[in-house]
Amino acid sequence: MTFLFFFIFAGFALAGAAGVVVLRNPFYCVLSLVVHLISLALLFLLLEAQFVAVAQIVVYAGAVMVLYVFVVAYVGGGDKPDQLWSASPRQKALAIGFASLIFIELAIAILGTALSSLGTEGAELSATYGTPSEIGELLLTDYLLAFELASMLLLIAAIGAVALAGRRGGIAENEGNLSPRHGVVHTPSPAATGSMAEGVSGYGVTTPLPDPQFEGRELQQPTRETAEDDR
Amino acid sequence: MTVNWYLIVSAMIFALGAAGVMIRRNPLVILLCLELMLNAGNLALIGFSRMWGDGAGEIFAIVVMVIAACEVAIGLGIIVALYRRRLPVDVDELRELHG
Repeated sequence: MTFLFFFIFAGFALAGAAGVVVLRNPFYCVLSLVVHLISLALLFLLLEAQFVAVAQIVVYAGAVMVLYVFVVAYVGGGDKPDQLWSASPRQKALAIGFASLIFIELAIAILGTALSSLGTEGAELSATYGTPSEIGELLLTDYLLAFELASMLLLIAAIGAVALAGRRGGIAENEGNLSPRHGVVHTPSPAATGSMAEGVSGYGVTTPLPDPQFEGRELQQPTRETAEDDR
Repeated sequence: MTVNWYLIVSAMIFALGAAGVMIRRNPLVILLCLELMLNAGNLALIGFSRMWGDGAGEIFAIVVMVIAACEVAIGLGIIVALYRRRLPVDVDELRELHG
C-alpha cells in the first residue's frame, strides 16, 4: 500500500518538476510548482514527518507561491516563442547533458556505495517522532542557535526585499529626477496591467523600453507619477 | 519501502531543477527551478531523518525552508526592481556585470 502511494506521489512530484522546466508561461510554471510541492508534502507524510509536511503546504504551497503569483501577475512577461530556451541549441544540449551527469553521479552515490546498506525499513520510531512537540523541543534546546539565526535572516531578508522593491526608480543615485539615462520615465500602463488575465495571456505583456526618439517628448508631459510627487 | 527510492526521486528532482536553471532565460522561472533543487535536498534530508529515527533531519529541512523563503523574497524584489526600471526580464540580456 505504501508502495502504491509512493509511486503515485512521486509521479506527481516529478511531473510537477518537469512542468516547471518545460512549460512556456511562467504562470503555469508556478501552478506546476504548487502541484510538485503538495505531492512532496504527501511524500513527507509517508516518511512520517507530519509537522514538516503541514509546514510545507502552509508556508510553501500557500504563502511563498502566492508571492510568486503576485509577482508573475505584476511582471507578466512570458518568454517570447523564440526565446523560450537559451539562444543556442548547443547550450540547451549542454545543459541537458550536465543535468543527466548530475543525476547519474547522484544515482551512483546513492546506489553504488555503502549508503546502499541503508536500504532497510529504518530505525524504530519513538511515539513523538515528527510531531510538533518534538520539533519544538529540538528547536529550543539543541538547535536554539540555528533557530535564532534563521529568525534574524528572515528579518534581514524582509527588510532587503522592501528596500529593493519599494524604490521607485531602482538603485540609481539620483532616482528622483526623470533622467532618461536611468530609464525611470514612467509611461502610462495599459488598462489590463497587473491583472491575472495579463499574467495568463503570456508574452508580449511587458512594456517595451521607451523609444529614444520619443523620450524627450515624454519627459515634457507630466505623467501620473510626477503629478503625484508634486502634490 | 526503503529510503533509496526516496533518494532516487530526490536526485531526479535535483537534476530537473539544475537543467531548468541552465536552460531557462526568465529569472522568475530560474527562481522556481532553484526551489526545485532546494526541495530535492529537503526530501533527502527527511528520508535520512526517517532512517535514523531522529528529528534532527527535520530541523535541517525547516531551516532549508527558511533559507528558501528568504531567497524568494530577495529574488522577487530584484525582479520587481528590474521591471520598474524597464530593464528586460531576461538573464541573457542582463549582461552589464559580464565585463
